[in-house]
Amino acid sequence: MKIVYNGEMDTRLCKEVLGATIPEILESDSDVVYLDADLMSCIGTLKYGAQHRDRAIDCGIAEANMAGVAAGLAMAGFKPIIHSFGIFASRRCFDQVFLSGGYAKNDITVLGSDPGVTAAMNGGTHMPFEDVALYRVIPGSTVLEPSDPTCLMSLLKQAVDRPGIKYLRVGRKSMARIYADGSELPIGKAPVLRDGTDVVIFAAGIMVHEALQAAASLEKQGISAAVVDCYTIKPIDRETVITMAKKTGAVVVAENANRHGGLYSAVLEVLAENCPVPAANVSVEDEFGEVGTQSYLQQRFGLTAAHIEEKAKSVIVRK
Amino acid sequence: MENEETNMDQTEVKALKAFAIRIRLATLDAIHSIGSGHLGGALSIADVMAVLYGREMNIRVEDPAWPDRDKLVCSKGHAGPGVYGTLAVKGYFPYEELKTLNKNGTRLPSHCDRNKTPGIDVTTGSLGQGTSQACGLALGDRLKGRKNRVFLIVGDGEMDEGQCWEAFAFAAAHKLSNLVVLIDWNKKQLDGLCNDILPMGDFVKKMEAFGFDAVQVKGDDVEAIAVALERTRQGGDKPYAIVLDTVKGAGVEEVANTLMNHSMPVNDEKYEKWTTELKAELAALEG
Repeated sequence: MKIVYNGEMDTRLCKEVLGATIPEILESDSDVVYLDADLMSCIGTLKYGAQHRDRAIDCGIAEANMAGVAAGLAMAGFKPIIHSFGIFASRRCFDQVFLSGGYAKNDITVLGSDPGVTAAMNGGTHMPFEDVALYRVIPGSTVLEPSDPTCLMSLLKQAVDRPGIKYLRVGRKSMARIYADGSELPIGKAPVLRDGTDVVIFAAGIMVHEALQAAASLEKQGISAAVVDCYTIKPIDRETVITMAKKTGAVVVAENANRHGGLYSAVLEVLAENCPVPAANVSVEDEFGEVGTQSYLQQRFGLTAAHIEEKAKSVIVRK
Repeated sequence: MENEETNMDQTEVKALKAFAIRIRLATLDAIHSIGSGHLGGALSIADVMAVLYGREMNIRVEDPAWPDRDKLVCSKGHAGPGVYGTLAVKGYFPYEELKTLNKNGTRLPSHCDRNKTPGIDVTTGSLGQGTSQACGLALGDRLKGRKNRVFLIVGDGEMDEGQCWEAFAFAAAHKLSNLVVLIDWNKKQLDGLCNDILPMGDFVKKMEAFGFDAVQVKGDDVEAIAVALERTRQGGDKPYAIVLDTVKGAGVEEVANTLMNHSMPVNDEKYEKWTTELKAELAALEG
């Protein structure tokens, strides 16, 4: 793993990465099957799907059935990956993933695309702020949110062979480039992207880029902020959370999700039991989504580098 | 001696009828041990279970995980005691274990659990979910090149769940002719009569409209069930549906005559009465 962040965006769109990585996984492992709910076009798998109908199965707009079919395929000896937009991949088939999948010990990899404000122009009906909370409470689940395209590729390849329910909330658009091509990001780890001594920012997904920008700005003001990439939301990297919280004595959590039940909750659970230090969140407050550009929505819901900076300063004061 | 219309050996028919009675006795043994349970819907599937496990299914009792076996998905998972009764009579686990139904730490929970009970193929309980799992199993087994079939038992009340219809559309789209859907049309659901709550119309027509090869048979006629199941061996490009015209609580008159019989108490007195009736029936059948 090599960090190459310089503030620039990766040249690859995440949907292009998905469109290449899913077929690559299918070609390298004949036990993997991929199911979609009429959204292959949205993640670049339609062409492959049309040519490989037994391996890339379009289930139509029926997410509950798709999750159940995936469970059946798992029983028959397959390793299913299912995809829909994050709202449908969580709320619309939650009971099926929970029972037919998790409870029945049928392992399924679930891809939920367009997390949080990245749903942008599809608006409030399509904007999952709660998917992380839902997937965190499935016993034995793994919840992942890649911070860049390289991270996405690495996590998806690992997730397929991992037991239980694996949920990846993945963007389809461009993201900042954090890691060098080919980097391996082990599930369960939270890499320290930038060290610091005054405050630590635990961030996931698009908020990692915001956190790194905030840290650079804070440095100019004489504040040393560490940034940790929490691409593994569950199981959270307890060791890194505790080490960095003890080292800095102040915590900010930045997530593109509702403040209840997501990464903020996961970090607070670790802190409360091990090293209670002042903490603050940069999350969506208890609100539903709405339509708009991603940049507008990041402002609207308080998910920018500036918001992180402000919270970092306020939490340091509380030490 | 054979029935001229069906070519079925009447000795076998008698054996299937006896198996169905033994399943009902076993179901009562299980539910009586805990005092009450989902009696009505467990009894209504006893006849089809007898034909499946006594004749139609290709299974190995000594190897419940044999990958090429035929599989049963009892999507109306609350009929667990009826399925356990069948499995116990077949010898998947000791008969006496039926008395652990729902007891703390049991391998026989109220609803079917594939990770707990030898012989249970699929975990069910949240209605509708077995239908999609059955489709996935049938598709997966076919993709793996297996020649087995998947038998899916669905309740008529369960058909209220939209997931069933998503699954049936999927089954037809993928030409899952290795899938046989058995609809337990017992006319009742938990709160009363299906027709008073959410009438579903003609299941044969509905299943045909969804792309199935569908027939209806008398659900307590093991011979008719056997013939209908035999027909589903021919493959083709459609999934199969058999609508079983059943009575909720079938085989135990007092239960069948009780309107609200989804879940019922089975006290010592009722247990004695009902099992005595069934044993007499069995004795008469077997001479």
